[in-house]
Parts: sequence; C-alpha cells; structure tokens
Amino acid sequence: PGESTLFSIGNGVALRGPYISMITNHTTNLLIRGGMLFVVGVFLALVLNLLQVQRNVTLFPPDVISSVFSSAWWVPPCCGTASALIGLLYPCIDRHLGEPHKLKREWSSVMRCVAVFVGINHASAKVDFANNVQLSLTLAALSVGLWWTFDRSRSGFGMGVAVALLATLATQLLVYNGVFQYTSPDFLYIRSWLPCIFFAGVITMGNIGRQLALYECKFVQEKIHQD
Amino acid sequence: MTVRERLRQNISAAFYRHGLLCASYPVPIILFTSASILTCCYPLLKLPLPGTGPVEFTTGVRDYSVPSHGTQGDLGERPDWYRGPPVAYIQQVLVKAAVSPWDSSLVPVDVFRSPLGRVFSLLEEIRDHVYTDRSLESLCLQVTDLLPGLRRMQSLLPEHGCLLVSPGNYWQNRRDMFDSDPDILKTVHQHEPKGLHTSATLKDLLFGVPGKSTGVSLYSKKRVVTYTITIALSSYDARFVASLRARLKQLHPSTNCSLREDHMVHVHFKEEIGIAELIPLVTTYIILFAYIYFSTRKIDMVKSKWGLALAAVVTVLSSLLMSVGLCSLFGLTPTLNGGEIFPYLVVVIGLENVLVLTKSVVSTPVDLEVKLRIAQGLSSESWSIMKNMATELVIILIGYFTLVPAIQEFCLFAVVGLVSDFFLQMFFFTTVLSIDIRRMELADLNRRLPAEAGMPPPKPGPLRPREAPPPSRPSPHTITLQAPAFRNLRLPKRLRVVYFLARTRLAQRIIMVGTVIWIGILVYTDPAGLRTYLAAQVSEQSPLGEAGLPPHLGVAPVFPGGDPTSTLNVLPAPEPTPLPENQSQGHGEARSGPAPLTSPQITWGSEDEEVWRRLSFRYWPSLFSYYNITLAKRYISILPVIPVTLHLSPQEAIETRHPQDTQHAPRTSAKTTELQADLTLYKVAALGLFAGVLLVLLLFCLYRVLCPRNYGQNGVQHGRRRRGDLPCDEYGYSPPVSEISPLLLRGHSMDIECLANDGMLLASCCLAGQIRVWDAQTGDCLTVIPNNGYELGFGDYSLLGPEARNASTPIMDNEHPLRRRTTPVRPALFGDQPDLTPLIDTNFGEVPPSQMMPGCGFDFGELVERAYKEHEASPPLPFPPSPPAARQRRRSLGDQSVAPPEQVLLAPWDWDSSVWSMELRGNLIAAGRSSGKLELWDAVEGSLRCCNEDGSSGITALAFLNNRIVAARLNGSLDFFTVDIHKPLGLLQYRGPPGRASLPPSPCYSSEDVISCQLTRSVQCAHQKPITVLRAAAGRVVTGSQDHTVRVYRLEDSCCLFTLQGHAGGITAIYIDQTMVLASGGQDGAICLWDVLTGSRVSHVYGHRGDVTSLVCTTSCVLSSGLDDLICIWDRSTGIKLYSIQQEVGCGASLGVISESLLVTGGQGCVSFWDLNYGDLLQTVYLGQSGEGQPVRQLLVLDNAAIVCDFGSELSLVYVPSVLEKLD
Repeated sequence: PGESTLFSIGNGVALRGPYISMITNHTTNLLIRGGMLFVVGVFLALVLNLLQVQRNVTLFPPDVISSVFSSAWWVPPCCGTASALIGLLYPCIDRHLGEPHKLKREWSSVMRCVAVFVGINHASAKVDFANNVQLSLTLAALSVGLWWTFDRSRSGFGMGVAVALLATLATQLLVYNGVFQYTSPDFLYIRSWLPCIFFAGVITMGNIGRQLALYECKFVQEKIHQD
Repeated sequence: MTVRERLRQNISAAFYRHGLLCASYPVPIILFTSASILTCCYPLLKLPLPGTGPVEFTTGVRDYSVPSHGTQGDLGERPDWYRGPPVAYIQQVLVKAAVSPWDSSLVPVDVFRSPLGRVFSLLEEIRDHVYTDRSLESLCLQVTDLLPGLRRMQSLLPEHGCLLVSPGNYWQNRRDMFDSDPDILKTVHQHEPKGLHTSATLKDLLFGVPGKSTGVSLYSKKRVVTYTITIALSSYDARFVASLRARLKQLHPSTNCSLREDHMVHVHFKEEIGIAELIPLVTTYIILFAYIYFSTRKIDMVKSKWGLALAAVVTVLSSLLMSVGLCSLFGLTPTLNGGEIFPYLVVVIGLENVLVLTKSVVSTPVDLEVKLRIAQGLSSESWSIMKNMATELVIILIGYFTLVPAIQEFCLFAVVGLVSDFFLQMFFFTTVLSIDIRRMELADLNRRLPAEAGMPPPKPGPLRPREAPPPSRPSPHTITLQAPAFRNLRLPKRLRVVYFLARTRLAQRIIMVGTVIWIGILVYTDPAGLRTYLAAQVSEQSPLGEAGLPPHLGVAPVFPGGDPTSTLNVLPAPEPTPLPENQSQGHGEARSGPAPLTSPQITWGSEDEEVWRRLSFRYWPSLFSYYNITLAKRYISILPVIPVTLHLSPQEAIETRHPQDTQHAPRTSAKTTELQADLTLYKVAALGLFAGVLLVLLLFCLYRVLCPRNYGQNGVQHGRRRRGDLPCDEYGYSPPVSEISPLLLRGHSMDIECLANDGMLLASCCLAGQIRVWDAQTGDCLTVIPNNGYELGFGDYSLLGPEARNASTPIMDNEHPLRRRTTPVRPALFGDQPDLTPLIDTNFGEVPPSQMMPGCGFDFGELVERAYKEHEASPPLPFPPSPPAARQRRRSLGDQSVAPPEQVLLAPWDWDSSVWSMELRGNLIAAGRSSGKLELWDAVEGSLRCCNEDGSSGITALAFLNNRIVAARLNGSLDFFTVDIHKPLGLLQYRGPPGRASLPPSPCYSSEDVISCQLTRSVQCAHQKPITVLRAAAGRVVTGSQDHTVRVYRLEDSCCLFTLQGHAGGITAIYIDQTMVLASGGQDGAICLWDVLTGSRVSHVYGHRGDVTSLVCTTSCVLSSGLDDLICIWDRSTGIKLYSIQQEVGCGASLGVISESLLVTGGQGCVSFWDLNYGDLLQTVYLGQSGEGQPVRQLLVLDNAAIVCDFGSELSLVYVPSVLEKLD
C-alpha cells in the first residue's frame, strides 16, 4: 500500500488528469455548467408549474401529472434554457465589471436561496390574498428581500430587473398571440405577480451559476499553483 | 456612531460573560434548556396526531338544524369545522334480502339473483316517493358529468341527475338488463381492479357494504344478500325523509330490527394529499436537506462533527417545536399545513448562526482555556449575530404587515421560532460546543484515538479470560492478551456512554416502541381500523354465539306471514354449516343428503346501524371525487339508515332465474372470485413479508455499519464499584477472581525496607537491619545477615559500640540514650525468633516530632529511605507508618543536608546504623548504611566480603552495575566504587539464569575470591541537596535530588553529562533503561521525559496531586504512580494520558510491569493484572485467604515472572499467571 500511495501522489496530476482538464477546459466547463443549470431550470419549472396548477384544482383526477406535462411542453425547456443563459451570464458580468461576488459564497446559502424562491412560488400559489395588488406587492417585497439576503450586487439587481421585464414582455406577447393563456389575468392578460417571480428566479439562477463558476475558478487557481 | 460603538461593546461584553457562563456550567445549562424545551413543547400534546382519518361529530336528528356559518356558536364541544351546510346528506337504505325457506331445489345463484332483482322495485319506490309535492328529484344532490378520466365508469355511475347509488347501477337501473344478464357475478366483478386496492372499489361503492358481507357469492353461508341504496341529498327535509322511512318500513317491515334512528353523524374530511401536491412538498424537503447538508458540512475542527451537526439540527427543530407550542399555548392554533411551511421556517431560521458560532470559537487560539475560547468566540461574533437577528426580525415584521392571514401566521411562527432559536443557540448549542471543545482539548489532538475509538471493539479471542472464566484450563492463572491490533484503546467517557446506549440498544428500542405505539394509535383510531373492526366483531359474534342472546337484538327468525315451513326453521342450526368449500362446489341437489338444510336468517345488529363505517374511509371522498366534488376540509352528514328486510319465496327465486343459471357451472368463476380475494390477501402478506425482510436487512446493514461489531457479546454486568469492593476496571467490569496461595516468606521481625533481586536471589532488609536472602524460585531462606553481624564478626565492637554511642549521644539528644541503648543490647541475634526490637522502634516512631529534630545519628535513615521507597499515601493510613512520621523524615532530611552531620563521624562503628539501600548482583549484596558505610556481603554464605568507609554521609541510594557501584549520599555527593575481584584461580565464572539469555549474566563470585571495593571517584556536591533517587542503566547514572534537578553521569568516567532542570519540586522517581529512556517524576506531580543523548526535555506532563512515587516505562507508554494512589498511563510519544487506575489507599506505589503489555498492581491482599494497552482489568488474584486484607506496599517483579509483594513484615512470592501473548 505504501508504494501505491507514493505512486498516486507522484502521478496525482496524471491520475486526476481527465477530470481536471475537463473542468478547467473553458468550453467544456461552460457546457457542463450550462447543462446543470438547464436541468435545474427544467426541474424548477415543472415543480412550480405544478404548484400553479394546484391552485385551481383542489382534488386531482388521476391523470393530473400527464396534464401537467402535456399542457405546454415547451414551457420547461424554455425555462431551462433561460436559466442556463442567466446562470452563465452572471459570472460573466461579474468578471467584466470586475467586481466579483463576495457575499456568502457557499452552497448552503445557495440552497437557502433556492428554498426561499420555491417558498415565494408556494406563497403565490397557496396563500389566499385579498386582492391581486396585495399579492403583487408582497411578492415584490419578498423578491427584493431575496436579492438583499443572497445577492446584494448592483449587477444582479439590474440584470434581474431587466430579465424580469423582458420575460414579462415576452409572456405578454405570447399571451397576446394566443399561444398561452392565464386562467384569471389581472394585468393586461397576465398575472401581475409574474415579474416578481421572474426577478426572484433570475436572482436564484444567478446565484447557482456563480456558485458553479466558483469551481472553475478554484480549479484554475489550483492548476496555477501546481504549475 | 458612538452609540453604535457603545452598543457593540456592550453586546460583545454581554456575550463574553455569557460564554464564560455557558462553558463553566455546561450540565446545569443543558438540563435547563432541555426542561424549557419540554415545557414549551407540552402544549403540542393537545394537538391531534397527524395521520388520523376523518373526524366525526354526532348530533340528534330530532332537533337538527343546519349549523350557521358564523363563528359565534362556540357551544359545547362542537368542533370548529361544523359550520355551514354539509356537502351532502347521505341517506342509506340498507337492504337485507334472503330466499327463505331455503329449498334443496334451489341453485346457489338463487341466493342473490332474486334478492338483487328487488333493488329495481325499491329504487322505483324511492324515486317516486312524494311527500307534499316534494319529490326526491327536488331534494337530491344533482350531479353533472363524471370527470373526464372516468369514461369507463360512465355507464355505471349516475350522471346528470340525482346521486343515487345502488347495485342496480350495474345494469343501468334497468330490470330488463338485469334479467337478461346471464352471469351476475361476472358483471359485478368485471370492474374490480386486478391488483391490490386499498381505497373504495366500484363494488364497494355500489353495494355500500364491504365486499365480503354483500352475500353476492356462490358460497355465501348465510345466504343473505346485503346491499345499500345510497341517496345523496343536497338539502335536508326532515319530513320527507321521515315519510320515506315510514313508507319503506311499511312496505318491507323488518320486525326484529331495533336500529337506533335518532343520531346523525357528521364526518369531516381532512385535506387529501395527492401525488401532485407531494411533488412540490418533496422538492422543498429535498432542498431543505441539501441546505442542512451543505451547512453542517462546514463544521470543522471539532471533536465530533456529527455530534455538532446533530446539535445544530436539534437546535433548529426544537426551536420550531417550541414556537408551535408557544403559539398554541397562547391560543393560536395552527391552521397552516405544518408539513408545508416547515421547510420554509427552517430555512428562515437557518443554521447560519450556529455555524458562525462554531467557526469563530474554533478559530480562537488553541492554548487558551476552554471557557475563554468560548467567550472570545461568542463575543467576536456577537455583533453580526445580533445584526442578523435584527434584520430577520424586521423582515418578518414587514411580512406581518402584509395583512394576509396566512403570511401573518407564518410570520408569527417565524418570529417566535427565531427568538426561541436564538435562545437555544445561546444556551444549548454554545454549551454543547464548549463540551465538544473541551473534549477535543482533553482527549487528543492526535487523530489516533478517535480513529480507533470509532472502530468496532475487537472480537474477543477464544481464550479471553473476560468472558470465559477458565475453570477447564490446566492452569487457572493464565492470562491471554489479545493481539493489540484488534483491540480498542480505553475510550473517553462520553463515547462509553454512547457505547452503553448502543450495547443496550436503547435508541433502537425507544424508536421501535414509539413506532409501535404510534401505529397502534393510528390503527385504533382509524375509522376503518381496529376499533370499528373490534366493535363489529363483538357485535357479530354475539348473535352467532350461544343461546344467551340479548333479547333486543332479536335474532330469532320470525318470518312474516304464516309460512308452513317456519316450524322447521325454529330449530336453527347452531352448528354453522359444516360444509367445507370443496364439498359445496356441487349443486344444491348434491347436498340434499343427510346434511340438514339451513334456512337463511336475517338478523339486524348494532353493526348495521352505521354500515359505512365498515368501509374504507375513502369511500365518501372517492364517490364524490368522481363528480369533481372535494370533501377535503368539508363534511357530510349521514342520516340514520333505513332498514329494509326482504323475504323471497323459493318460487319467486325460481321464476326470476336466468336460463343459464342452472346449467352455468359456477365453479370456475366462483372459484376465481374466491381465489382473487385470497390472492389479494396473499399478495398483501407477501408484500409485507418482503418489506419486513428488506427492513430487517437494512437495519442489519445499518447495525453493522454503525454499531460496534460485538457489543452485547460479552454479557458484562455493570455496576458501580463500591469502595473497598472488588477491584474493577472503569467499565465496572470485574473479572473472575481467583485465589492462590503464594509462597510466604516470613522471618523479618519488622517492616521490610529494601528489596533487591537478581533473578535468582532475592534480598530483603527490614527496619531492624536484618538482611535475608531468599531463593526466588523456591522461597527458601538462604542466608540471614543480622544487623549486628559486626558483633558476630568483630566481637570487640560489641563493647566498643556503646561507648561510641555514649560519646555521640550527649551531643545529639539527651532524652533517648536509654532507649537507644536497649535496642542493640537486645539479643536480636537470631532474627527468626521474634524479639522486642520492633516494639521499641515502634515506640520511637510515636515520639513527638520536636524530640526527633536533632536525631540524625539515629535511624531516621530508615524512615527517609522509606519515605522515598515506599511512597506511602499521605492522610488516612491503614498501616502503622503514620503521616507525622513521614513529615518528620522530610524535615530531618533537610536538616541534615543543611548541616552535614559530623556526629556520624564520631561513631564509625555504629552497628546500630541501618541499611538504607541495598543492591544485589550475582551473589554480592551491596548495602548502603546510614552511617555512610558501603558493605558487600556474600549472599550465599552471609559473610562480609568487603567494606568501604570512605564516605561518612548516609548512603541513600545505590546502583550496582557490572563491577561498579554508585552510591548517592545524603549530603548530595556521589561516590563511584569499583569492585575488584582477585581470583586465586583467575577464573571468573558467569552464571546466568537458565533460559534468560537477554539478561546480562551476573558474575559469580566464589568465596575464595578476595573482593576489594575501591572508591574511584567521588563527586562532591553532585547536588545541592540530598540525592533521593539513583538509577543506572545503559552506561549512565542518573541521579535525582531534592534540589529539583536531575543529573546524568557517565558510568565509566563519572563525568557529569547533563543537568536536567524542569521540575518544580524535588525529584522523587526516575526511570532509565537500556534503551536510554529517561523519565523523572517530582514532588510537584510532574513527569518529564528526557532525551538522554541531547539532554532535552521531550515532554512534560502533570499527572498527580502530590509526589510521583514511581515511574516505569514500556516501549509505548509511561506508567506513573503518585501519592494520590493513582496510576496513570501515558502515551510515551505524545505525552497524552491514556487512562488512569485508582488504587486502593496505601497501594499507590505498588505497580510492576511484567511484560510489555501486562501491568500488575497491588491491592488489599490481592494483586490485579491489567492489560496495559487498553486498561482492561484482566484478573485479580487474592493472596492467601480472603479476609485478611493487608495492603501491598511494594511490588517487585522478578525476572522469572514471579512477583514479590511486600505485606509489611512478610513477603509473598507469587508466581505470575503464565502470560500468553498473542502477537497477531
């Protein structure tokens, strides 16, 4: 065993080679991150969609799951793509602005952020608000609170707002063209809380993306150290 | 800013004090927090158990009115869900129909065909019933479409009309379809699900009674068909219902029915959790666990990561429980779904503070005291903790002002949870952290111990004396040592607690019992569960049972209309249809033999009052859910059932027969139905068995992974050791006790002072100065050298002595001459006989200290010697040498060293001088006397071979190595002597103990040799104060003195190599061996390990309160004993205390190492053997008869694995239990 340990220490770089090189290779790393973000986005979209569906149907017929999957098949992939884009964009912006994200760079914090995001969705789906303005205001406050707790970067806020507006606009267009419809629109064919949800989602996805990008940085640093 | 600064300072100071408090009183604080958690959780007991089914509430029918929506009516125990109208009123018509009398010409299908056929007329009756222009159509619950997914049921369930369910639905409520149906059973069963089904099936739905009790089966023994017609009413019209009831009763009277009709049951259904709701829930929980995982992963640099992570989770969870408990205490009943908001609450409360605390405490300097570390860590993070807390509170308060009830409630819970979490963090977690840090500091910074402690303890070897007392073995005293690799080190106490828990499987048992109780409660309280089942069983059995039936149940078959055959039926067959199934496969005619025919009887029992209870509690929700009506959080009212009894005549049954009925062989289909039911049962059983096996396997794996491999195998009895009881190790384990009769070496008249051994021979010297030489093998006394050997050898001195003494006594002390003189004058020539000397000396010991002060010429030396050699325990001594004596010795010693006693010079032949030190090599005994004289005696012949009187100060210690003798004197000088042998034959024989090649052979001096002893070098003032210890090994001589230093000399040239300083008290014990290990112990209780080659201190530990009395090193550990009667075992390389053994009072110094891993200690009349590596008590051997409990004061291990114990004036020679050491 002693010999083998020595051997592995000696050839540590070589043994870990493929993995490290895959991680440190920029394009591969980008692809991996994008894929992970996409998966997360799809998953969250499915779950949150289910929450929204639940709001209207109290007791489910047995085929509710299939209805969720069939209703708008393109929604989850769209969400996934969007989240991948956002998640990759955030570290990029950080790098370009030259102000790296400092606040709570830990997975536990990221998980907390995701949990709060799901909670916001949950609240929007489950809690009975007196009117829609109240709902929208509450969600807006919660979203900003999310940003303050987990992000606090100007770039994050700006990007969040921009994406939220864009996404709302896109949804508006879609609804306007009749591709998609809300059961009870209250704000120009759509739900007024949609921007808040988008904003919170952008913040969450950005958080995840940054955390994932951290690995690349770490390995690059390690590589530099090794060299 | 200044205010902020001041606030910050105040907060940090408060946290500092709090940290000190927590670290100082961990146990009370933990108890306090546990108590407060329990108190706060107490209100939770009132909350309903999760997982129970629907809730019921019963009201009277007579004065029923629809409950109002308002909340004002808090009358009685009316539940809060009982508000507003129900979803529906359920009126059930329970039909029991039978063909009677049963005729042998009837076929089994007749049992149910015509009774079922009657349902259509009944339905017609019900539909057409009109009471004052109200018909059923206007009152019933109108339903619309079935849910889209239920197309296949479309033909079976009513649509667009009244919700009226009966078996007639199988045939679309059309009599003609029923009549043309060739196989009723097939129709009924074709809709049954194939696999397992737990909720209501279609058959249950339509029949309204459990499948088994419908009687629609070819093998029904009772031949009674039971079904219900269920009508759902949207509004309650008492008169209509009453008239319907009266009408039906009038048409179909059930005379013997006494069902209660005055109660109406409201059933409230809880929210159902469907899979669609479960997915988000599961997602949130996954996120929660990921959060907890990532959070606790950051805990580092602590003793037990898992423990702290557990503490963190416990903190958060119990704060949540506390918040719920407190809220419900103040009247806020949680309306939110606890399971849903729980993860968010955890996330909001968070584990951050806990982690921050841990991190900051861990990052404080390690060399600080634990208390201070905790306090510093707390205070450095106090500001951020408070800031975070304030921020969170503000956020939650903002949430509270959203004025949305659900959010408000959430916020309320969160606030209380945050506050209680803060409380728990400050008290519970900080304390746990302090305990952990202390553990880490105490136990080990090296990773070895925890790594091994985590490993499972060893498999006990087959010869381990612990579990198998060795009666069958040839030698009762065999100690087998386990191979060290497989054994465990002595564990810290907390781990032992854990192991104790594991050994008794406390946790598993508690969990198991808890689960069983919970399941039991669930099963019992479940509406479809045990309680109703039991009730049904009881009520079912009573009518079928013996004749003693309650009259009101009315079982006796009284048939309407004068049936001529009724007389036959009066004698009902109490022997219940003795036909086995396979026999009943035949047709009715086949059974017309001697077997008496039984006619069906229709009985009404209390179990018929609420038939729906015997169905699954999902019956109603699933019925309504087909029409997209949810019962979740709503209730239905069930009206008393209307009993209908139908009796059909055989003719009628025959008339309604379908042509296929008679020829239709019922075997296959009937069998399949029966089989299906059976199969379901088997499937359930198989699944349960499989799950059970899987569970057992899983638990087994967990057990193997988590638990020590062989706990519980040892069958160890536990119990605290009582004082003075049998010695036991720290586990409370007392190994088998055996008794042997040692060789008693008697002969000394007084307490034995010095012991010396050379493998073969053993020399002892008592207080009286008598030296005896024993054969270490046989215990025979070889030689006796009396103290007054001079008198014998040099007769003139007997006369000279008193004069010399007279010369000295006036100077020294005036009070004792008489007494002193008597001592030698006593004819103590033959030590074998008891003489009076001991008495006199004992008296001397009792003399008050003041009188003893000047006595340096007298035998204080003995006492000095004893003080250093015996290391008696200080205060409560069970044996004669009492503490004042010990104190005197000290003082007298100091006196002497300050003023070197010239007086001794005046008495050069003081034959009264006692032997202070003795060494034995070969057959030469070197004895150092208090007078400063060094004598060499022939051990075998008992003759004085040589005498050196170069020194004048008493020889306190001797070392005899090869042909050199080193003598340490009281005045601090060190004399090196060389023993020269002038052999007449010029031959030096070597004699070695047989089979012990490792020992240096001792030279054997024959009696013809002329032995001379020359002082080669004298180091004056080797030490400033008296030399107390002298050890020689490996060509080095090490001395320890009262002046706090240790000196190392080279033996050859008497050159001082090092002066080792480091003790804060006089040196009391030194150990050096061939491997150049040097350890020293001092009066300060410290033990130092030195590197002899460089003179540097390797480690320095404090182990004892009071003097270190003896030191022994093995290759891996250092053993020390102290005046506190404690034997400590230290790791030699790291200086970490492995464990300690509490000795009995007075036996503190008696320890010896037999082999590398076997330790022997003395006790009250016994010796105990310990496994040195692991601290296990292996065996206790009682010496002599039990009862006489003399303490072992000295213990000497001889080379031939015999032990010599010093019991006062006698020695015990014990042959050690043979030591079998397993190497691997």
